[in-house]
Amino acid sequence: MSLAVDDLKVYYRTIRGDVRAVDGVTFGVEDGEIMGLAGESGCGKSSLGNSLVYLTGRMKYVGGDVRLDGAQLPIWDFEAMNRHRFTQISVVPQYAMSALNPTRRIGRMIAELLASRGVRFSEVEDELVRRLELVGLDGDVLRLYPIELSGGMKQRTVMVLSTLLNPSLLIADEITSALDVSTQKAVARMLVNFREHGFVKSMVVITHDISILYQVADSILVMYAGQLAEKGSAETIIHAPSHPYTRLLISSLPEVGVRYDEKKLAGIPGTPPPLLRPPEGCRFRDRCPLATARCAERPPFRQVEPGHSVACWEVAA
Amino acid sequence: MSTLVEVADCSKVYRVGAFGSRRLTAVRDVSFDVRAGEVVALIGESGSGKSTIGRLILRLSPLSSGTIRFKGGDVAQLRGKALREYYRHAQGVFQDPFSSYNPVYKADRVFKLLKDAYFPAARRAEWSARVDAALEAVSLDASQVLHKFPHQLSGGQLQRLLVARALLLDIEFLVADEIISMLDASTRIDVLNLLGDLKQRGLGILFITHDLSLGNYISDRTLILRRGVVVESGLTRKVFGDPRHPYTRSLLASVPHLDRRWEDVEAEYAAADVAVVVDAEDARLVEVDSEHLVRVAA
Repeated sequence: MSLAVDDLKVYYRTIRGDVRAVDGVTFGVEDGEIMGLAGESGCGKSSLGNSLVYLTGRMKYVGGDVRLDGAQLPIWDFEAMNRHRFTQISVVPQYAMSALNPTRRIGRMIAELLASRGVRFSEVEDELVRRLELVGLDGDVLRLYPIELSGGMKQRTVMVLSTLLNPSLLIADEITSALDVSTQKAVARMLVNFREHGFVKSMVVITHDISILYQVADSILVMYAGQLAEKGSAETIIHAPSHPYTRLLISSLPEVGVRYDEKKLAGIPGTPPPLLRPPEGCRFRDRCPLATARCAERPPFRQVEPGHSVACWEVAA
Repeated sequence: MSTLVEVADCSKVYRVGAFGSRRLTAVRDVSFDVRAGEVVALIGESGSGKSTIGRLILRLSPLSSGTIRFKGGDVAQLRGKALREYYRHAQGVFQDPFSSYNPVYKADRVFKLLKDAYFPAARRAEWSARVDAALEAVSLDASQVLHKFPHQLSGGQLQRLLVARALLLDIEFLVADEIISMLDASTRIDVLNLLGDLKQRGLGILFITHDLSLGNYISDRTLILRRGVVVESGLTRKVFGDPRHPYTRSLLASVPHLDRRWEDVEAEYAAADVAVVVDAEDARLVEVDSEHLVRVAA
């Protein structure tokens, strides 16, 4: 198992109390697995992804255990994590396009970054150029400033850079969201290619767009209001989801071929609960058509069949 | 159905670079019309000029050439009072609902501004009844959205408030520019269905989007735009069901489907023996089927 997360809790500190963005999350990512992490805005998916790499000032580690290739990741210790970041676990951040230092030529920026990890630029330069060419960029981009590249080019540069030291796990946060459909497809395919080439072993792909996950991910984990709702193979989540939230979410997606005049789709009424003092029990309860009195108790995230886990009382184990 | 908006051979050229030394043609010779009670989708990638066309129709930027008519009258000629009357009938709602509001004021101030500008004589009780009716039309609960600041409302609520604002006018034509791109999947479909309801009330809607599945879901007719040029247009089911232009096909092959993987879609297009047209600089839109136009070389 590449990544094993056990009952992870990460809250945001605010003056009004803790916002429980990641509230008791348990899952694993196998070697070579591309796991999609899906959910709506504010469900905690990016917080979960970020917390595995980089806890920002307002984020507070509350409890739980994260293991990468069997060894514990000290995610609560900013300094100690430096040993793991970039070399073992790496991230392509949301808005990767603004992640490059605008005052440095790209080559120099990469050299500085490598130096901070004790790697000499000349050692990896050939591989770097080879990988840039693989994603359709010329080695000359190393002599350019970020402003001279288009959004898609910057995106690809950051992807090559993040995976340069062959990390075990790559967290890709909404990397296709700001792109046009054709560029989106190219970037999504690149992710799969990176795994095939062995640049990264496993991946967590965070996105709000489930249809893109069906194209690239092996498994999909659906989050709702800071907790896990369902995890299963991409095929299961898209075509035979069990959790009521996943089912409503999937059925609300307009697809090419579905038309308003012929088949009117419906959204999910209501809004997610606030994560500052969230209600007890199942957090989807208020919007759920299947809710019963039992839902006042938090449903366990349990396996219903091999490789398929659901957090819902109404789904038979 | 009567024609509401007629766009004829419209072009927009921007001056770019130092001192406007270079020219950029954002929209070139685009023609189409929007009838009452229909949704026309304008689909294109970033830089295709789709938003520019919406802005031209709403007179938010001047035309470089061509004419735009609203119910037969030339929009470019409107001045002063006539222009204000135009906005009584034609309105736009744009991508980012959060930047459409002033965060310092409560969100329902947009209604008050509208009242001051267009209905200064309306009585308070009458006005609030109209506001309630408009909110109901967009499925908003007045008690949940009135007297709130923009940050207290969700993106979907803010976006629907803007549509409600437009409905308070005697609106006949709406430009909906990427209005659901920023919304979550579970709420975006409701806003999309709202456009469908408005269409049934007789509104003409220009739905601008980069998302093909959304355009396909809601529109009656579709225009596919590339670098300011219409490459394919016609009835939505023909454009999507039988795409002829290579660009339309590549777009459709790039859409992430939920029932087929990209490899399957590509194989399907490669196997299908359909006459693919060739585009060129001097190309023109040619009718390949009734109400289905494709740009082909002369």
